[in-house]
Amino acid sequence: MPTDMTQPLCEIDELRIGFRGHDGELTDAVRGLSLTLHRGERLGIVGESGSGKTLTGRALLGLLPPDALCQAKTMKFDGQDLLAMSARKRRQLCGRQMSMILQDPKYSLNPVMTVAQQMREAFHLHSPKLGRREMRDKIIAALAAVHVRDPERVADAYPHELSGGMGQRVMIAMMVSSGPRLLVADEPTSALDVLVSMQVLRILDEMIEKHDTGLIFISHDLPLVMSFCDRVVVMYAGRVVETCAARDLVHAQHPYTRGLLAANPPLIDPPDELPVLKRDAAWLAESTGESA
Amino acid sequence: MNTGPRRWKDWLLSDTPASRRQAALGLAYRRWRRFAGNPLSVFGFVILALLIIVAASGPLIAPHDPLQQVLSDRLLPPGSPSHWFGTDQLGRDILSRLIYGSRLTLSIAILVVVIVVPIGLLIGTTAGFFGGWVDNVLMRITDVALAFPKIVLALAFAAALGPGVINAVIAISITAWPAYARLARAETLRLVQADFIHVARLQGASQMRILLRYIVPLCTSSVIVRATLDMAGIILTVAGLGFLGLGAQPPSPEWGFMVASGRNVLLDSWWVATIPGFAILLVSLAFNLLGDGLRDVFDPRHGG
Amino acid sequence: MIDVSALTVRFRTKTGHVDAVREASFHVDEGEVFGLVGESGSGKSTILRALSGLAPIASGHMKIGSHVLGEKVPRAFRRDVQMVFQDPYGSLHPRFTVDQTLREPLTINGIDRQDERIVDALGEVGLGPAYRFRYPHQLSGGQRQRVAIARALIVEPRVLLLDEPTSALDVSVQAEILNLLRRLHRERRLTMVLVSHNLAVVGFFCQRVAVMRNGEIVEQCDIASIRAQRVEHEYTRSLLTATGGYQREPSYASHSGANGGVTKR
Repeated sequence: MPTDMTQPLCEIDELRIGFRGHDGELTDAVRGLSLTLHRGERLGIVGESGSGKTLTGRALLGLLPPDALCQAKTMKFDGQDLLAMSARKRRQLCGRQMSMILQDPKYSLNPVMTVAQQMREAFHLHSPKLGRREMRDKIIAALAAVHVRDPERVADAYPHELSGGMGQRVMIAMMVSSGPRLLVADEPTSALDVLVSMQVLRILDEMIEKHDTGLIFISHDLPLVMSFCDRVVVMYAGRVVETCAARDLVHAQHPYTRGLLAANPPLIDPPDELPVLKRDAAWLAESTGESA
Repeated sequence: MNTGPRRWKDWLLSDTPASRRQAALGLAYRRWRRFAGNPLSVFGFVILALLIIVAASGPLIAPHDPLQQVLSDRLLPPGSPSHWFGTDQLGRDILSRLIYGSRLTLSIAILVVVIVVPIGLLIGTTAGFFGGWVDNVLMRITDVALAFPKIVLALAFAAALGPGVINAVIAISITAWPAYARLARAETLRLVQADFIHVARLQGASQMRILLRYIVPLCTSSVIVRATLDMAGIILTVAGLGFLGLGAQPPSPEWGFMVASGRNVLLDSWWVATIPGFAILLVSLAFNLLGDGLRDVFDPRHGG
Repeated sequence: MIDVSALTVRFRTKTGHVDAVREASFHVDEGEVFGLVGESGSGKSTILRALSGLAPIASGHMKIGSHVLGEKVPRAFRRDVQMVFQDPYGSLHPRFTVDQTLREPLTINGIDRQDERIVDALGEVGLGPAYRFRYPHQLSGGQRQRVAIARALIVEPRVLLLDEPTSALDVSVQAEILNLLRRLHRERRLTMVLVSHNLAVVGFFCQRVAVMRNGEIVEQCDIASIRAQRVEHEYTRSLLTATGGYQREPSYASHSGANGGVTKR
């Protein structure tokens, strides 16, 4: 797998995200998360609900809700410090070099604009000088690249007229075909049926390979992440409890990871009773465990 | 003494309530704390609490008889020794008139809400729940009622039955209930799809039980919020009717009428019209702030 | 126990009608756990609703125990068949405490000794008396599903229908709920019909499975065949393959799924 030995594509050190409640008390949703991503690498972030994985993805792109308090020792993209950057420069960076795909195209696509109109907005950022004819061609080409069989019809459709799988392909066409350096995929297949998921993942795979994009794949599905990514980070209650290569996860060290792996009912030879995860309060206070 | 309130608080906020009463009181307390976290809402609440206290204790605290005309003390400015808010053209104490007027204002507003909210709620939930022709018939009736403009209807009533407080209340009520019916119907349509309604049917609950025990309680919060926000408008409408001479009749110290009668001396004795006007403004504002606060409290995202 | 033959469920739309279920037939013995697998739109949930009397039957024949499902559903039926829904956040009334939620079916059906039964029901699903007077928003997803299960079982039904009971839950919570369901099945000898899109969940729990696609049952077999991949229909086969996880191109050195999935393509 291609790794850039010089500079990591993305570097986060000691990220902390908190929210202030009604009574003024601060709740930490992410506590001291650190990770590194190299160019062309696929990193999976796995956790259950409340682990802070979605917030991490959004923090990178500057999409946290306004009442979130975010601080980190380092948060760098391609050597540039994201925290010290001006808001405008950060937005430009996010538009051009970083991208995000979200879970449900029903909610992440604008319902009152056709697909073509939305894609035009997205492409405009990268190629502002393109004329109408050329933009249309570019849109059709992008849709064809994600294996949409009837790109002309889909381009003029509204999001609610598309199925879930088609909607995700449109999202991929919009966000990934321009070749961002980093893509954050937040549960891209969780709302899709299993067969459609595989198709969408294949398309994503193709796109990422083509552009050598770095990927952060956020999901609650550990087996899926293990099969799609190179490295996996397991989060629990806002902390990283394990980081290792995907193929080494079967030999995971941390009891939470082992518990998650065991909790999935296996199709072949299922046990009489599924091993139940016993949450140890000690996990809340541990530092990150490196094993690769 | 320190352990007293602390024990109460712990009891209310307990994670494991031991009875339904404790759970319900705990929920109410949590809502109160959320409400109290917003200073504007608390301000509105305080104003309204004061209004209620003043209205309730009116005769006890009013310094003068509101109807007594002392012609030698006409148009005294505010700050005068025995007339803190001054007097009007007939020498009547404005403060006392304000106090007695608050009783009128409050009772009219409450009367309207008490009539309008149950009717709107019942019609709206029934229409939304049963659907079909029941829905059609009820909604068309609602549309007819919506078509009447408030003030024009009040004028018509005044012309037909003579002016007065009761007629004003009737006129406002007839035009106010459709909004609540629509609101309740919209909520009901959304709730009817919910799984817990399906479960109730599966358990064999009758239609009436589902409607009254399951759906109506869930519609009440949005209707109450709406009613609180509407109160401001109702008070203004009552004042407007009073201004036009269609509400409470002289010498009744109705605030709107006071503003109207102060018109003539506005340039020289500004306080006769302005002070009751300010009272109307304050009370309307207070209801608005209270309604906003209540809406935040009942926001379903917080489990309200 | 359950007999379904040539069931068709038709919904009227603005432009005509759509058949959510077409000519479905299957049989479930008493005490058996039967699985219905399929993707969204396959009609599996619709069959469940038809079984519980909540969906209109256009044609076909359904029999549960001694009840023949037609127009009128007798009260006794309501006590024999209960259902657990998918969304733990939508299946509990937001203003009822757990106690009230469990009391409703008892009151509606005129069952006595209510307090006793409520405490017993909570204990059976692993929730202590501390949870009895909480509101739904004070419970986690897994706890809400436990309450939903307790509510379904408190009237002592003979048939339990489960519509994707764990799809909305975290994996670790899913494991607990599946264990709970299994224990309850064994203790009460219930007949269960479990609907899921997840072949592994169905595989853990069910004895026989029907695979649905576009409103039709394309294959019915017992679970051993599924595990050994002795399946006939190519749709079932593709579902099995997909359950094994994503397969990356061989040019990248990495394993496929670790849960004993299929590696053939």
